[in-house]
Amino acid sequence: MDKILEVKNLRVSFNTYVGEIRAVRGVSFELRRGETLAFVGESGCGKTVTAKSILRLLPPVSAEIKAGSEILYKGENVLQMGQKRLQRYRGNEVSMIFQDPMTSLNPTMTCGQQIVEALMLHKKLSKQEAKAEAIKTLELVKIPDPEKRFSAYPHELSGGMRQRVMIAIALSCQPSILIADEPTTALDVTIQAQIIDLLKELKEKLGTAIILVTHDLGVVATLADRIQVMYAGQIVETGTAREIFYEPQHPYTWALLSSVPGLAERSKQELYSLKGTPPDLIMPLECCPFAARCEYCMKVCRQQMPQVTNVTATHNVACWLQHPHAPKVKPFYERGLSHAQQA
Amino acid sequence: MLRYAIKRIGYAVVTLFIVVTVTFFLMRSIPGDPLSHMARALPEQTRANYYAKYGLDKPLFTQYLMYMKNLLRGDLGESVLYPGRSVSETIAKTSPISGLVGGIALAIGFVIGITLGIIAALNKNRWPDYLVMFVAILGTTIPVFVFASLLQYFVSVKLGWLPPSGWGQPRHLVLPIIVLSFGPVASFARYLKSSMLDTLSQDYILTAQAKGLSQRDVILRHALRNSMLPIVTILAGRIVGVFTGAFVVERMFGVPGIGFYYISSINNNDYTMILGTTVFYAALFVIAQLVVDFVYMLVDPRIRIVPESR
Repeated sequence: MDKILEVKNLRVSFNTYVGEIRAVRGVSFELRRGETLAFVGESGCGKTVTAKSILRLLPPVSAEIKAGSEILYKGENVLQMGQKRLQRYRGNEVSMIFQDPMTSLNPTMTCGQQIVEALMLHKKLSKQEAKAEAIKTLELVKIPDPEKRFSAYPHELSGGMRQRVMIAIALSCQPSILIADEPTTALDVTIQAQIIDLLKELKEKLGTAIILVTHDLGVVATLADRIQVMYAGQIVETGTAREIFYEPQHPYTWALLSSVPGLAERSKQELYSLKGTPPDLIMPLECCPFAARCEYCMKVCRQQMPQVTNVTATHNVACWLQHPHAPKVKPFYERGLSHAQQA
Repeated sequence: MLRYAIKRIGYAVVTLFIVVTVTFFLMRSIPGDPLSHMARALPEQTRANYYAKYGLDKPLFTQYLMYMKNLLRGDLGESVLYPGRSVSETIAKTSPISGLVGGIALAIGFVIGITLGIIAALNKNRWPDYLVMFVAILGTTIPVFVFASLLQYFVSVKLGWLPPSGWGQPRHLVLPIIVLSFGPVASFARYLKSSMLDTLSQDYILTAQAKGLSQRDVILRHALRNSMLPIVTILAGRIVGVFTGAFVVERMFGVPGIGFYYISSINNNDYTMILGTTVFYAALFVIAQLVVDFVYMLVDPRIRIVPESR
């Protein structure tokens, strides 16, 4: 079986004192063995919530994964796993790294100990075996002098090193899926590049499937096989990296792509920025969620939710512009200046 | 590390010096003296002899110098009230009793308090949390003597399970220990709950969960140690409280500990006894502080002292 993860109609809500926040609204996707899938979108569009749901790491008190949602790991529904099964699944079959390496490691435990812990739990290794294995993993993530770093505390390491330790913890048990939630956002630019390179190398070496959550399209370009653009808790466009970068169809994707700063050739030109913010997720959405910010918004966009259209077998878009009766438009960056910038 | 230790011990000596000096002069500013009560009926000459014997006839500052000189030699003097009973011996004899009762109480309070704190944190805003917080509020607001009398009344008088007071058998220990552990239970539970809640919202707890650790391991291995710092802070006061907090309780239950003697020596203006015990408490407090600083370093590697590179 090629599909190792299949998410069907995932809906997640947060119950807060102001009301029910519907953070993820019917997300479906699948992940194949060894593939890298990126979730791209602005802050607050449900990327991280979707990612955490896969490991059932959402806060149990406020978050609720709605009935009817399904997360199938190799055919087994993660949402119905018992505590024991869930613990064997976490870290061993699917593991996760987080945004901020400065706070994601336990400050009172040595780095080595934090890796050993996972190994002893899942691989049933003895202390010595686990230590040897942990040092190997530290080597794998290219930490210089791994024997010494094994007994270092997190505060003795730099941010980049800590993120490497996080990756080492996550990969120590050879999971089939690694979820990387904004793995480079908290790091400075040169370190970001190193971490991306490392992830790329590891994915080729170990064949681990990666779910990459990010708002940085630069990160996506080098790593992802497929990209899923998310907006207001929904997937608005999904396709291979090539399709998203070279033949994007959704105006939101266009906006995201043109907000990436280019190098010298366009440096005189003002960088495009998408105005406004994503919709409040407390509201019910009956129309296209992007309508309010869309430069191509039509009457129908404000009345009805667009259907998902297949552009190719791998490329899907949820946009009324795909409708046969819709006017044929080109992305604004191909027309020169956009409306937004003329205004 | 060594430099740090020497510095700390130096501070400790200065602290002790100040405590002794202040206590000495404060004590003398209270009207009366240890002999005034008993020596009232004595003939003038005998009384003068007694005052001379204890050096109480000399100027105050000379007495102070004498006391300090003896203190430096480790001599705390002899009780004025009970001739022949040396202060050091009394402390040596009574403090282990206080230490035993208070130590057991503190240990029990620590274990129960921490456990209750964890339970409260994990059940935030549900009935176990409310129950623990109710107990904690009781523990901090009810004075020990009220709690002690209630226990004596119900457990000893009404039910007849345990003796209301006395010393010599293990069952005499039960009630004072229960009373003395109530305070620590309350404060440890309260502090641990809030610091545990804070720890549980940290990112590394999510990392631990993502590793596949059970709830139990997440709490015990990751959350607990990181929640212990505020507990260690209040532990210093509590260690001393093992001895001092027991004044009233020892009196009420007839435990012949150091608190028992401290109170009676204050009542009788027994100068040497008061000073001796105060020095003992002060030393204990200073040592407890040192221990706590050391425990900080054990609990949190970030606090460990880095040798100065100069």
